[in-house]
Amino acid sequence: MAYFFQLLFAGVAQGCIYALIGLGFSIIFKASEVINFAQGELLLVGTYVVSAGVFEWHLPFFLALVLGIVVTVIISLLFERFILRRMIGRPVFSILMMTIGLDIVLRTAVIIHWGSNPVPAASPFSITSSFILGGVQFGANDLWTIGTTIVLCAALYYFFRYTKYGLSMRATALDQEAALAVGINIRTVYALAWGIAAFIATLGGVFLAIDSFAIDPTFGGVALIAFPAIILGGIDSVSGAVVGGIVIGVTQVLTAGYESHVTNIVGAGIHEITPYIIMILVLLIRPYGLFGSRKVERI
Amino acid sequence: MRTPARDTTSSQNQRAISQPPRLLGSISRWLALGIGLIIVILFFTIASEDWFTIVNYAMIAAIAALALNVLSGYTGQISLGLAFFMAIGAYTAALLGGPQPTSSLDPQGFGLSVLIWLPAAGIVAALVGALIGPTALRLKGFYLGIVTLSLVFIGQYLFRNLSSITGGPQGRAFPTPTFGDFSFSQQNALFGVAVTTGQQYFLFILLILVIAALFVGNVMRSRAGRAFRAVRDHEVGAAIMGVNLFEAKMGAFILSSFLAGIAGALFASYTSYITPTYWDLTLSIQFVAAIIVGGIASIWGSLLGAAFVFGLPQVIDHFSLLPTGGNGGGLNSGNLNALIYGVLIVVFLLFEPGGVLGLVQRCQALIRSLNHQEREGGEPAEIIDLSPHAGVPINLEDATPVKGESE
Repeated sequence: MAYFFQLLFAGVAQGCIYALIGLGFSIIFKASEVINFAQGELLLVGTYVVSAGVFEWHLPFFLALVLGIVVTVIISLLFERFILRRMIGRPVFSILMMTIGLDIVLRTAVIIHWGSNPVPAASPFSITSSFILGGVQFGANDLWTIGTTIVLCAALYYFFRYTKYGLSMRATALDQEAALAVGINIRTVYALAWGIAAFIATLGGVFLAIDSFAIDPTFGGVALIAFPAIILGGIDSVSGAVVGGIVIGVTQVLTAGYESHVTNIVGAGIHEITPYIIMILVLLIRPYGLFGSRKVERI
Repeated sequence: MRTPARDTTSSQNQRAISQPPRLLGSISRWLALGIGLIIVILFFTIASEDWFTIVNYAMIAAIAALALNVLSGYTGQISLGLAFFMAIGAYTAALLGGPQPTSSLDPQGFGLSVLIWLPAAGIVAALVGALIGPTALRLKGFYLGIVTLSLVFIGQYLFRNLSSITGGPQGRAFPTPTFGDFSFSQQNALFGVAVTTGQQYFLFILLILVIAALFVGNVMRSRAGRAFRAVRDHEVGAAIMGVNLFEAKMGAFILSSFLAGIAGALFASYTSYITPTYWDLTLSIQFVAAIIVGGIASIWGSLLGAAFVFGLPQVIDHFSLLPTGGNGGGLNSGNLNALIYGVLIVVFLLFEPGGVLGLVQRCQALIRSLNHQEREGGEPAEIIDLSPHAGVPINLEDATPVKGESE
């Protein structure tokens, strides 16, 4: 039973990382109806900068973290301002490919600069620090991940509900023309959405990197697992992204923990595709996700 | 042309109201064909085996790019799952055409002829497409993109585990086309001329590419093709005009899967040994890049795009302009390849959504307008000469683009 709870805890922590990445997706989607395939590579760049900050330039961890966040936010804002904004009104396919183009360019830039060998991940706390309660080991990093996710969600909730810019973003998501009519600056809204998404992605990336000790250029692929999370929650729902992320994280870790019993039947590595299987099942029953609005298109 | 469209079992009826679409209608087309043939023959006689490798891979990629263009370009359905369907085709070919296993550890193979395994590769991929289509095509836009993306991951898992067919993570060997004693793996005499493996593959792949391109081109000029484009341009409008959305999308999905299966089988056969990791998301994305760079919804665009995205890096390698490989970072040919197509996607989408083909057409229009001005010696007179069209049946080829968009 302790094994189960151990997996459950690890799953929730893993799910929080998916939730952080997924939050970035759904904030951008809400504001501008774009799915940002480059999210994973923003995260990659951010994590590499943090790592380089600590190990190459010998900065303190938190300064490096701030530096990483600033770099990704700037990339994100530049991309939105100079490339994506010129694509408004173009087909979904073109916009999606545009973000894939950015994804490829960013990853290649990382490979050219840092090479494809793994680099160590920066971490503010000793990896082994943890405490045991009822047979379950609570790692410091996992606790920090969960805590940060909760704090961030609360902050985002406050931001969207009570601040001027948060309200502008929600208004824009609801009806762009009406938002323009009441004097909301849509440019600011888009920029804010992309900035916040990049900020959250970097945080998620840093936590994930601490878990895996080292990062390499394929690290950004984790964002592809956040897709099932946002689809599960409903692509335009911020709370859905969190719930979806945790569900995906928990099922994935549980499957990984127990799959050794059934390897003969299902083969090795099924936990890698459980998120996608869950996603397809959800899409069959509720194409707009568990919390999404029904307007999401289908035939 | 304004005759109300009856229940067309398309071509027959259209033949009745206008001339049949001709493959080689005009002198300029004969000329283009002649020049093309000369280039092919010249290439065939003087190129080295390395160049055959480059061109053969680019031609196989062109078939797959055609497949993607059918689905994404003409019908407007985002797909990132092309690699999955290529893999299905490849493993069908391997299962049917591969050598009989000598030990229990070898992957299965029935040793059948290429005349069976190549069509079967397409058909099985199409069947899988038909099976998945009804689920996937309920979704639109980004959602379809993400579901097809997950196909690639699920496929990778299956290919890793179904080791009796795929050889598991270690991969397996794929069959070489063989007609009786005439195997592509060795040098053969063709009409008294000795041809190498590369040359044999070249002829074989070229033949299939030409058939595929003509086939797709003709489908797109038919009722079905116009329905595809109508679905892409405006689903509701298309439905009102009587296009069955589900049938049109399924048709495109199945045709696309079929071609992807053929391309996958050819690729695997030419490479001869592949591990399951090859069929990954990057492969799918490269093909999307290819149709964007070449030209969306166009036959020539598919060919040009494949040449750019799959041929260019090989050419750079061939002339060894940059150091290959290494994990240490810096610019090497692999990175440059990725960088080129990443940047090309962004640049073309921003400035020339028509791709290389759009660029060519724009240049043609520019040259034409320059010539025109010189001849007229002033402001071009706006004369629309309708007389040639008055009593003569309209040439279907000219009419199609307009019809396709407005139907």
